Amino acid sequence: MINLVINGLNVSVEDGSTVLEAARFLGFSIPTLCHVDGLSPYGACRLCVVEIGEGPRAKLVSSCTYPAEEGLKVRTASARVIRARKMILELLLASCPQSKTIQDLAAAHDVRQQRFKQEYEDCILCGLCVRMCEEQMMAKAIGFRGRGEKRSIGTPFDIKSDVCRLCGACMYICPACQLRCTYNEPEKAICGACANLAPPCVEKDQFDDMMCYMDPCVACEIQKDK
Amino acid sequence: MLKLKSLDDFRTLQDRLRTGRDSDIPTIVIPAGTCGQASGASDIIRVAKREILAKELTGKVKLRITGCHGFCQIEPSVLIEPARTVYPNVGLKEMARIVEAVAKGEVLTDLLLKDPQTGEQIEKQDDLPFFSKQVRTLLDRNEKVDPIRVYNYLEHGGYSSLVKALDKRNPAWVIEQVKASGLRGRGGAGFPTGLKWEMLAKQPNGREKFLVCNADEGDPGAYMDRSVLEGNPHSIIEGMLIGAYGTGSKHGVIYVRNEYPLAIKHLIIALRQASELSLLGENILGTGFSFDIQIVRGAGAFVCGEETALIRSIEGKMGEPRQRPPFPIQKGIDGKPTAINNVETWANIPVIIDSEAEAFAKTGTKNNSGTKIFSLVGKIRNTGLVEVPMGITIEEIVYDIGGGPSGKAKIKAVQTGGPSGGCIPADKFDLAVDYDSLTEAGSIMGSGGMIVMDENTCMVDVAKYFMNFLKDESCGKCFTCRKGTQRMYEILDDISAGKGTPEHLDLLEELAVVVRDTTMCGLGQTAPNPVLSTLRYFRDEYLEHIENKRCPAGVCRELIHYSINENCVGCQACVKACPEGAITGEKKQPHTIDADKCIKCGACRSVCKFEAVDVT
Repeated sequence: MINLVINGLNVSVEDGSTVLEAARFLGFSIPTLCHVDGLSPYGACRLCVVEIGEGPRAKLVSSCTYPAEEGLKVRTASARVIRARKMILELLLASCPQSKTIQDLAAAHDVRQQRFKQEYEDCILCGLCVRMCEEQMMAKAIGFRGRGEKRSIGTPFDIKSDVCRLCGACMYICPACQLRCTYNEPEKAICGACANLAPPCVEKDQFDDMMCYMDPCVACEIQKDK
Repeated sequence: MLKLKSLDDFRTLQDRLRTGRDSDIPTIVIPAGTCGQASGASDIIRVAKREILAKELTGKVKLRITGCHGFCQIEPSVLIEPARTVYPNVGLKEMARIVEAVAKGEVLTDLLLKDPQTGEQIEKQDDLPFFSKQVRTLLDRNEKVDPIRVYNYLEHGGYSSLVKALDKRNPAWVIEQVKASGLRGRGGAGFPTGLKWEMLAKQPNGREKFLVCNADEGDPGAYMDRSVLEGNPHSIIEGMLIGAYGTGSKHGVIYVRNEYPLAIKHLIIALRQASELSLLGENILGTGFSFDIQIVRGAGAFVCGEETALIRSIEGKMGEPRQRPPFPIQKGIDGKPTAINNVETWANIPVIIDSEAEAFAKTGTKNNSGTKIFSLVGKIRNTGLVEVPMGITIEEIVYDIGGGPSGKAKIKAVQTGGPSGGCIPADKFDLAVDYDSLTEAGSIMGSGGMIVMDENTCMVDVAKYFMNFLKDESCGKCFTCRKGTQRMYEILDDISAGKGTPEHLDLLEELAVVVRDTTMCGLGQTAPNPVLSTLRYFRDEYLEHIENKRCPAGVCRELIHYSINENCVGCQACVKACPEGAITGEKKQPHTIDADKCIKCGACRSVCKFEAVDVT
């Protein structure tokens, strides 16, 4: 067992836990976008930052990747953490305002407006779909490409991947596209992560074999409108 | 090539090389690094060779082709040894004359460099203020060694530090020496090298360990690592060998960017020579110690200079950082302990072992020992690589070595540490250049870029330039770095276009602090430095852009306009130069600029000999 201090409380957690797991186990809520139990920690969204250390050596780290260490002092909601989290939510709202998940998070943190130029992006590049595809579906059909502002998710060479089983797990896990995945226009129906999926089914019977999680099925919705 | 089977074999060879050296024969030294070749060194080398052969001077005049000596301003240059006469900006005809003069032992006074202030001619290289104020521990070897001849390196004491370390038969001694020398990582962060090695050496026994030389030098305007690699590749190999002996590593990797073809070529040659001599590979010099080095070429991503991204790149994966801990020293290449050091750090290791730690620690200041190479560029008279002891003031570098501003405008600031560094204003030029003082002043040491800016440089534009660089070079993995740099660029772009508001400034500062706090790797954590440091020292310039919609330096296009004043003599030069036909006027009559047509390219201003074009 590892003993650490979270928000002034002496606690002990199992070896190998991350700070996020420790804090959540004890009931401290830390918002996340790119973290899901069962997928490897990635640390991309930065929403889960917490403050560790003291005095001039205090710093913010992403709790989903930081291992719980003996004697570590963690503050999950210090002024510095809250300020950073609010700014991150503001940035998220400025880029991806249509996501219900992001809207709810912003509301919960009292972020009522954003001060940047409004953009409408589909993907926040949290990488959940990539990890889902690789780690749970064992497919590795999609991945990242490009860097900086040109970074995006897709299949190699933008052609349909042979290893994609059209399982739809990438759509299921996406935190940004919940709203848009019930969209009726094929062009806008799916976020960048699944843009390369052919419609997974034409009829309902086939759809059962394909382990699709979607309810209602996106492809069926699209087909209906055609 | 001769295979060296023991330490004594090595000493015999080195003694023989040293006694065989005839230092009285005059030698023409031509620096031909990438920079030298770009300015025409290859051609003058050809002329020198032809002249020596044609005039039958073989044996009377020697020729040595070396890496960069550092003084870019005078390249292609020629150095004559042992007299140490230096000829600047040598052309093909001059080269032929120089060969002849060297054979006769004469000095061509008409070709010598003139002091810009006094007009006096300076003959010896060491009398040039650019060289005399430097402490050239590493760059000095660039002058002496032909990078593709290992015997040349051996003759000048090469690999004797390795032999000295091997002879002690105690790896802990090496680490003690490096620790006692106080050497700190020259890549920028300034982590004590000895400590890093000690941690690597203490990793559980039996685990494979890696040493990496980080030669992914990507800062705009910085090229000291390239010079060392091109000019003295064996010193890096020797440094890595000593490090491997101290830490018990078996594998070495030199991660060098593919944009440095000459450096890669010289490294490949050097590695082959070292293995042929049995200085690399299995059972080195018969001591049972084995170490091998391979070269991995980087594909040109700035972020791959960051340790964890570099490791992923070496593994063949996408070059993006991961969150630390675990640190590379615990989990590096393929999960094995890895120590990564910068080129300059490795080059310093043979110097430390050779002179022993205490002598090394005498240079520089407490906690910041040794020398550091800076690439001094920008609006300065003497551009080039300067090697100075730590703790020297910026003023000494800029005015004494650099010779002050290149034009009439006064120097306003220096930018240190590349895109992740900050700007230091002229009134802080008494600041000592070391890791701690620079960090305190809101900049970083970085890998050693030093860009000098004068009053014609707009600080908003500088911050915008670096933010544009960083938003392209951010890997995009973590949200605050990707979006933060994009949004900072967006705000700076608005300010420079005259669309800024005072609220923008607060937002910019707020965002910059959050980006610094929350990003994953060193790139993101230092990315706001250009913004924060310019806001700290040049806030009035930002306010001038926002409140008065004016760019004091006359750089931001949307905020300036060109006009012609009464100095105009009507020479028509600007009329011809204007690409848009915006300037009208009869000959010998004052001209005028049509503001509607003007695209603010500045062509008229650069051709005007009468200072008749104003920018307001």
